[in-house]
Amino acid sequence: MSLDTAPTPPQERKQRKLSEIEGVELEVVRASSNRLSLLALGGAAVLLVLLVVLGLNPALALVAAFVVYLGVVFVAYRNTAGPRVARDHVFRGLVGAAFVLAVVPLLSLLWTVVSQGGPTLVDPAFLNQTMNGVTGLQDQATQRDGAPLIGGAYHAVIGTLVITGIAALISVPIGVFTAIFLVEYQPKGRVSQVIRFLVDVMTGIPSIVAGLFAFALWAVLFGIGTKNGFAGAVALSVLMISTVVRNSEEMLRIVPNELREASLALGVPKWRTIAKVVLPTAASGLASGVTLAIARVIGETAPLLVAVGYARGLNVDPSQGPMNTLAVYAYYMFTKPLSPGFREPSLDRAWAAALMLVLIVVVLNLSARVIAKAFAPKTGR
Amino acid sequence: MSKRIDVKNLDIYYGAFHAVKNVSMTIEPRSVTAFIGPSGCGKSTVLRTLNRMHEVIPGAYTTGEVLMDDKNLYAKDTDPVDVRRQVGMVFQRPNPFPTMSIRENVLAGVTLNSKRLSKSAADELAEQSLRGANLWTEVKDRLDRPGSGLSGGQQQRLCIARAIAVQPEVILMDEPCSALDPISTLAIEDLINELKSDYTVVIVTHNMQQAARVSDRTGFFNLEATGMPGELVEMDDTQKIFSNPSKPATEDYISGRFG
Repeated sequence: MSLDTAPTPPQERKQRKLSEIEGVELEVVRASSNRLSLLALGGAAVLLVLLVVLGLNPALALVAAFVVYLGVVFVAYRNTAGPRVARDHVFRGLVGAAFVLAVVPLLSLLWTVVSQGGPTLVDPAFLNQTMNGVTGLQDQATQRDGAPLIGGAYHAVIGTLVITGIAALISVPIGVFTAIFLVEYQPKGRVSQVIRFLVDVMTGIPSIVAGLFAFALWAVLFGIGTKNGFAGAVALSVLMISTVVRNSEEMLRIVPNELREASLALGVPKWRTIAKVVLPTAASGLASGVTLAIARVIGETAPLLVAVGYARGLNVDPSQGPMNTLAVYAYYMFTKPLSPGFREPSLDRAWAAALMLVLIVVVLNLSARVIAKAFAPKTGR
Repeated sequence: MSKRIDVKNLDIYYGAFHAVKNVSMTIEPRSVTAFIGPSGCGKSTVLRTLNRMHEVIPGAYTTGEVLMDDKNLYAKDTDPVDVRRQVGMVFQRPNPFPTMSIRENVLAGVTLNSKRLSKSAADELAEQSLRGANLWTEVKDRLDRPGSGLSGGQQQRLCIARAIAVQPEVILMDEPCSALDPISTLAIEDLINELKSDYTVVIVTHNMQQAARVSDRTGFFNLEATGMPGELVEMDDTQKIFSNPSKPATEDYISGRFG
């Protein structure tokens, strides 16, 4: 080796082939079929059955069989197709398992709610009657003598829709306008940083705190112990606004800057650019963000219990006294059955109320998709 | 409806960064003026100051004067929105509004700015603007389809139609052909030639042949080093710039001897 630091002449700097350079070893990849992994999967299934038959805990057996499957696949592909393919198959297995793990509880939950709540939900009494005047005697008759179910959740469905609707009316304008301020007017300012921080903090507020806040606010404004639908709507808004702001901010941010510039360059004032170009372009995202926010709060129990109270009968006036909502209704039916000795009818009502909530959320999500599709920027010829 | 622009001692800043220094030039009405120069030399920035679009970037400001027929665009009582109504702009990437149809796109500048627009007036304006942008025959049967369904070159001509629909005095084009294929580029260049009979056109381009083909006058921008402000080296008739420039830097650049 020479200590000469003069630049190497060009002919000595010619590129060497990768195979000529020491210390580089490329991994081998040979052709392979998927049949091996299917075979391993079949083997693992047989092993699973065997282990269960031998008396091992099924969950433990499943984990064991899965680990064995991963090991077999790794060894098999390592020897036939090379280590890279083997790692690929192992990770495919892990990713697939994670997917199953995520979906199984969801399907199980849906199945439980539908099977437990379905029969009562389709009972005409459930959606047409309130709990006004219903006592343990009727439940006794239903469970013991097979009399038709008396007492339903009509008032709770109405209450849920009214309170969540008001909450949405309060929080959607506030949330969307805040997002517009954050994205369009002060993307980097000090005020925006403070707002973003507060919104982040608000996202983490426990729902009971929101309920107590509304309760306390109403105590100050209208006297201690005032409970009504508006208080509940305010509590839900506290929970909702942060979600709406966050979602809307993201949606407005992904509107391409070129569109704003195009509009401004046509001599359109800024507020009109926002109203006529930015918002319509982001509309589909905004709609789904709002729906998600509604879906998040529609099942809240604790804040409504504190701020709205519990009503046995129908109350459609959110400014007058307690109302009922589906989540609170389900909670009461589970914890305080009308007749402690004959719990079945109350539990059925609770399950049906839970199913009703799930259905409302599903309908909300579907309608968000329809709205999103209707607003989505058009492509194609 | 085309006006002359005089730029006097214009300095442009982005916050603390001095982007362009001491530009003075005259842009003649009913002519095409091209800005050429290496990347980052400030030619797009200068273009954007001509309709106050650079103000959209937070922290940007200017000193000096831009006079349009002796009216200072940067006077205290001049509203940037009003300036942009008189000085239209076409961008590098075609940017039709995705939520609007072809027809709505063309009329966007008018509908977003006026209280009322009758159907017949809208029809007339749409046809006239699309004809002006040489796009009418290609889209007249699908005016209600989304603008994003057109090809890139058609989209760019749609954007030009949208710009001329508000009937500005001046049209600025910021590398309008850099995202287009040669055929579409040719269509746009033909269009620029036609536009200059009615409008003052200013175009920024990286393509020197294009500058030579379409422009009457050419300004060469350069910067001494990265981080230094860009400046206008010289501005003259296009023919003179490309055959016999007075500054050596210009000659180096157009003959390709420059990095």
